[in-house]
Amino acid sequence: MLEELEMRNVYGEMMVELAARDPRIVSLQADLTGGHGMKGFQQAYPDRHFNIGVAEANMVGVAAGMAACGKVPFVHSFATFSTRRCFDQIAISVCYAGLNVKIVGSDPGVGAELNGGTHMALEDTGIMRTLPGMTIFEPVDNTQLRQALPQIVDYDGPVYIRLFRKKPEKIFGEGYTFQWGKADVLQEGTDVTLIASGVCVAESLEAASLLEADGVSARVLAVHTIKPIDTESIVKSAQLTGAVVTAENHNIINGLGSAVAEVLAENHPVPMERIGARDRFGEVGKAADLKKVLGITAADIACAAKKALSRKAL
Amino acid sequence: MNERALAELKNLSNEGRRHLIRMIGKVGVGHVGGALSVLDVMVYLYFRELNLRPDDARWSERDRFVMSKGHAGPALYTVLAMRGFFGLDRLETLNSLGTNLPSHCDMKRTTGVDMTAGSLGQGLSAAVGMALAARMDKKSYRVYCIVGDGEMQEGQIWEAAMYAGSQQLDNLVVIVDDNGMQIDNYTDAINSVRPIDKRLESFGFETISIDGHDFNQMEFAFYKAKTIKKHPTAIIMSTVKGKGFTFCEGKIGSHNMAVSSEDLAGALNELA
Repeated sequence: MLEELEMRNVYGEMMVELAARDPRIVSLQADLTGGHGMKGFQQAYPDRHFNIGVAEANMVGVAAGMAACGKVPFVHSFATFSTRRCFDQIAISVCYAGLNVKIVGSDPGVGAELNGGTHMALEDTGIMRTLPGMTIFEPVDNTQLRQALPQIVDYDGPVYIRLFRKKPEKIFGEGYTFQWGKADVLQEGTDVTLIASGVCVAESLEAASLLEADGVSARVLAVHTIKPIDTESIVKSAQLTGAVVTAENHNIINGLGSAVAEVLAENHPVPMERIGARDRFGEVGKAADLKKVLGITAADIACAAKKALSRKAL
Repeated sequence: MNERALAELKNLSNEGRRHLIRMIGKVGVGHVGGALSVLDVMVYLYFRELNLRPDDARWSERDRFVMSKGHAGPALYTVLAMRGFFGLDRLETLNSLGTNLPSHCDMKRTTGVDMTAGSLGQGLSAAVGMALAARMDKKSYRVYCIVGDGEMQEGQIWEAAMYAGSQQLDNLVVIVDDNGMQIDNYTDAINSVRPIDKRLESFGFETISIDGHDFNQMEFAFYKAKTIKKHPTAIIMSTVKGKGFTFCEGKIGSHNMAVSSEDLAGALNELA
């Protein structure tokens, strides 16, 4: 079931609330203030809102200078432009300098929809993951985002927030407690573990239902912190089920699937399949159609699970 | 400036050149040219201009300094040591494994360094961020940033300059080290950034052009910069790459050059 609110609106409301408590928080925009649900922030804190214009490299550099003076800057753009466009600025002025800048990349992967391939970040997690000191957070739903943001503000260091802007599927109930760096077990299972992030979490839950109908018991693990990755939960899942499928709204190269593969290869190798964009760029389309085009639907995940299971039997 | 003050600055400048060339000479190679072209203004900034507390390097009210042309790190380390941010003996550790004085400025390693730099074009954006932070916090500290003429080929310099002008950052002083050279050739022969004054003025700056090795002109320029309101200031300094030593002065190859023991001995003799 879809959430009632778009994620960007939850983000914007939370930022207004957090900024009231923490005067260090500032927002930097590259001409996408409304796009990130931050018009309210702009109205509430006009002196802490900076629209740098369409100049992402400068936006990141200005944020670094503010962080050097004790601010907690949040920079915003589409995930392509807040990572790829200004990668060296993030590498040197933020990570190498050890400065506390939060980077919001919106509309990752299929979220770019009709903006198409030029705007479709399928490599952002990968390039951010290679930067020493960078933490990567990809919220699954509004409940999780609400709980995570205060901790992101309190954490002293760079964080990349991979923010799906639109209405996400509701995954977590009222009893949910977000734990920094800790993956969430959504469903227990014994035959295979589906490890997913972002919009692929809902697809994995649906895949688990498809598999159940075929007599396969799937454990579902939702990963919100892609770096540092929750090694313990991944290894435990592999030990329990003996087969793993990863699913992400990202290239299979250097994203969640790669991170999980690294953990498994070094700790507990089991048959594993990766679901994600297969080393290709995106294209225009509605998210639901693009999931099919990229091969990241519940059916794709279920199919990969069966393949992993068949390899387990060998 | 009276004769005594001028003589004092000239002495400090000579002392700084001695430290600088010994430091790089010990390593045997380094960014001699661009460090020597800014050394005089670094002496002026750290002994006359910046409001600092060497025994409290992170003092929140201090003026900020960003060496955007990060390869001039040794010039910054020289004046930091001379001002007592750390001991002069530390200068000998330049570029040794595990040093706190690497080629390019590193705020995580070096006491008194306000911003990391080395990837050209990025420091000015950080300086703009610092100037905006000062304004937000209603603090009176000022932000000084040195960029090279070659560095101005980086697009980010102009993104930052545009925003500084747009934000009317009168607490920001950009110092252009116009030594006219970059690694491969004269800057004008590769991709001219001129007219630097007209270009920066069109981005909202007030500009003051001076001889970057003349302390009297520096005094005038930095004084005047404080009187300029609603505009950032750019002090465009005409400088000589490798200034002060025959083996490197005015030479294209001085950007990152070998310094032999003979070069070092000759250089120290010139100062004596």
